Amino acid sequence: MRIDTREKLSEIKTANSGHKKKVSLYVCTGTSCLSMSSDLLLERFEILIDEKNLDADVEVVRTGCLRFCGQGPLVIIEPEGTTYTQISLSDVDEIVEKHLIEDTRVERLYYEDPKLQKKVPLADEMDFYKKQKRIALRNCGLINPWRIEDYIAQDGYRALADVLENYTPEDVCNTIEKSGLRGRGGGGFPTGKKWFFTLREESDEKYIICNADEGDPGAFMDRSLIEGDPHALIEAMAIGGYATGATQGYIYIRAEYEVSIEPLRAALSAARSYGLLGSGLFQSGFDFDIEIKIGAGAFVCGEETALIHSMHGWRGEPRTKPPFPSQQGFRGRPSTVNNVETFVNVPQIILNGAEWFSSIGTEGSSGTKVFALAGSVRNVGLVEVPMGTTFRDIVHVIGGGAPEGKAIKAVQIGGPSGGVITEEHFDTPIDYYSLNDIGAMMGSGGMIVMDEDSDMVDISKFYLDFTQEESCGKCPPCRVGTKRMYEILDRLLAMEGTPEDLERLRTLGHNIQTASLCGLGQSAPNPVMSTMQAFPEEYEAYAYRTKRTAYEIDLSLCIGCTKCKRVCPVDCIEGELRGAHVIDPESCIACGACHEVCPKDAIIEP
Amino acid sequence: MKKQDVLDTSNLDEQKLAELDHRIESIEGNVEEALIDILHQAQNLFGYLPYNLQRYVAKKLGLPSAKVNGVVTFYSLFSERPRGKYTVSVCMGTACFVKGADKVLNRILGLTGTEKNVMSEDGLFTVQDVRCIGACGLAPVVTINDKVYGNVKPSDVDDIIRRYKKGDEYAD
Ligand SMILES: Cc1cc2nc3c(=O)[nH]c(=O)nc-3n(C[C@H](O)[C@H](O)[C@H](O)COP(=O)(O)O)c2cc1C
Ligand code: SF4
Ligand code: SF4
Ligand code: SF4
Ligand code: FES
Repeated sequence: MRIDTREKLSEIKTANSGHKKKVSLYVCTGTSCLSMSSDLLLERFEILIDEKNLDADVEVVRTGCLRFCGQGPLVIIEPEGTTYTQISLSDVDEIVEKHLIEDTRVERLYYEDPKLQKKVPLADEMDFYKKQKRIALRNCGLINPWRIEDYIAQDGYRALADVLENYTPEDVCNTIEKSGLRGRGGGGFPTGKKWFFTLREESDEKYIICNADEGDPGAFMDRSLIEGDPHALIEAMAIGGYATGATQGYIYIRAEYEVSIEPLRAALSAARSYGLLGSGLFQSGFDFDIEIKIGAGAFVCGEETALIHSMHGWRGEPRTKPPFPSQQGFRGRPSTVNNVETFVNVPQIILNGAEWFSSIGTEGSSGTKVFALAGSVRNVGLVEVPMGTTFRDIVHVIGGGAPEGKAIKAVQIGGPSGGVITEEHFDTPIDYYSLNDIGAMMGSGGMIVMDEDSDMVDISKFYLDFTQEESCGKCPPCRVGTKRMYEILDRLLAMEGTPEDLERLRTLGHNIQTASLCGLGQSAPNPVMSTMQAFPEEYEAYAYRTKRTAYEIDLSLCIGCTKCKRVCPVDCIEGELRGAHVIDPESCIACGACHEVCPKDAIIEP
Repeated sequence: MKKQDVLDTSNLDEQKLAELDHRIESIEGNVEEALIDILHQAQNLFGYLPYNLQRYVAKKLGLPSAKVNGVVTFYSLFSERPRGKYTVSVCMGTACFVKGADKVLNRILGLTGTEKNVMSEDGLFTVQDVRCIGACGLAPVVTINDKVYGNVKPSDVDDIIRRYKKGDEYAD
């Protein structure tokens, strides 16, 4: 059937709304849960439900990320919302037997709140979910991303129908501008303004491009959005195409996201088969289609001009702006580049109005932001909060603090382009202006929690290793400078540095920031500069060589003879016979006993 | 014509070349824009992109081989060297790093006797580090071909690698 009128859209909506059966069992197949074989759980549920003749009453829904990835694999059973965590294959039989047949509960699979030390049966009652507000992730985990009908049942494609019937392209740009939506890919540029730029360009052909490169190595928001609710992106891009005068869209996605590409492809062909992509959408004169472009592993391709070069089949090197992509983009034509999360907000803004959206969040920072919360935090997962939420709320309430009651010393945002936020700033509301005031930036949404044991110099080296490897090499300050900074950090960590190295780091960092062509180079020193400012004593301890040190085992050499473990006077070496041995650096007293007995010279002196 | 200009593809499987030809012929639109995609497909067929294969692709697409080589060397997922039967990927996303993924990587390199991105002598392993795979809840994460191992400690690695060496990788 071709859906080309509102009536037909409503028909499908009505036919697929509400819980189709008495009980709905949602099995998470987001990346994290899928890695723990949640597809096998899903299969087992289906088999058992069929075997026990429960299929009249129970439907099994395959969903995208349910967000609480650290507790996966997850299953939520509606209507009451019972949530079972960390399920293994053998638990499936028990859930079917007890929950679905006997109507009792499997309490041992409830989430245990580590602070209250109490089991919490319902998702809605967990601190992790309570403070969240969902716009971008609205359908993620609630619908089957493989079924376009599920999306339509949640008012999907209605915004597109509205726009094509009642809006001029200017109206759409105006609405988006009034809503205050800003780019979620890191730059924070007002989206409505950007759309106006492209709209005003004269050209025979224009393009709209979704940046799904998600380069921050600590982030998984965009992929979860695509896997969990691909049609929201498709609908948004069609709206954006209409608003800017583009009839062809492209989604540039990193090749590493193979798992996300599958549901996206399926969604595109479902949309085509319903006539929601193709020619004359909703009987208007507007034609629109989308193609997928796959990257090949280069962080810098997330930068919009590099991304466009890569789409041309070239090396993904950035170029100077202007001209901006909205003037000269793909194939030299005006092109709009937006991030995945930016896009998926659009249909909601059209449906609920610009005022609704701008009433959420803070002045100048409307709406919500999705963060990928990970690192030293109890509740790892996807977090969507209104702009203006504080770091403290995210880390301590939603995140539940650090495991084992450790103290949290900083939160890293913005990945390799970002910096650390320390305890003194934990009450800062997260919005564009407040972050700017404390010299930080929003970034794309990676949020890594660091506890008292984290070594900031080591972490800076990690980021510099990343950026120096990913520098495209076009400008010397970035190419050579990041290497130099990396070498200095390496030297410091090996206790071979000097106090002068700290000054060198600062100078180099400053030069790279000011002399690099693109955002990669300009922001590459940020992780070092911000940790040097927040934790100078950690750098000094290395530079003045006063750091209390520990021996370390080179794991590529250790044969697991256990000799070292047996001589250690403070019992700080762990390992099994013929397995890897590891020294706990906190407890090591650097006596050197282990070093003397190791037959493989695997123990490195500090 | 100088000798090195003759394109010798005798070491490449003919059937795979025919398959590649077929894919190249079915490109619609601009061939240059399809280059990265074709290189992905060529690498899937042959396992890696030796220089003569790059030149072959260049010739078929009517592009200079220097341009094709420039693209191959720019993107980290393209490999100019053969790869082992098992690709061991250690996630070096930030979350995995702060939980000790570097130690896990080091251990794996020791056990397989290789360096990063270099195939082990027995042809079994290529070990690489990859960026966040989106399973931060399971940090540190290691994948071996399609199988994912979560919460990996350096001491778990021995067992896992031993199984692959014996050939019974699916025994859990
Ligand atoms: C080095 C570098 C990497 C980037 N990586 C990404 C990315 O992975 N995803 C993204 O959406 N934007 C990324 N950006 C920002 C894009 O250049 C661009 O600003 C963004 O896609 C615009 O979309 P937005 O306005 O919706 O945020 C990156 C920028 C730089 C300088
Ligand atoms: S700043 Fe770095 S990544 Fe950006 S263009 Fe220059 S060398 Fe390339
Ligand atoms: S140096 Fe001494 S205290 Fe440290 S691990 Fe070796 S034996 Fe133990
Ligand atoms: S003595 Fe050396 S080889 Fe033996 S277990 Fe310790 S580190 Fe490994
Ligand atoms: S992948 Fe299942 S909760 Fe995120």
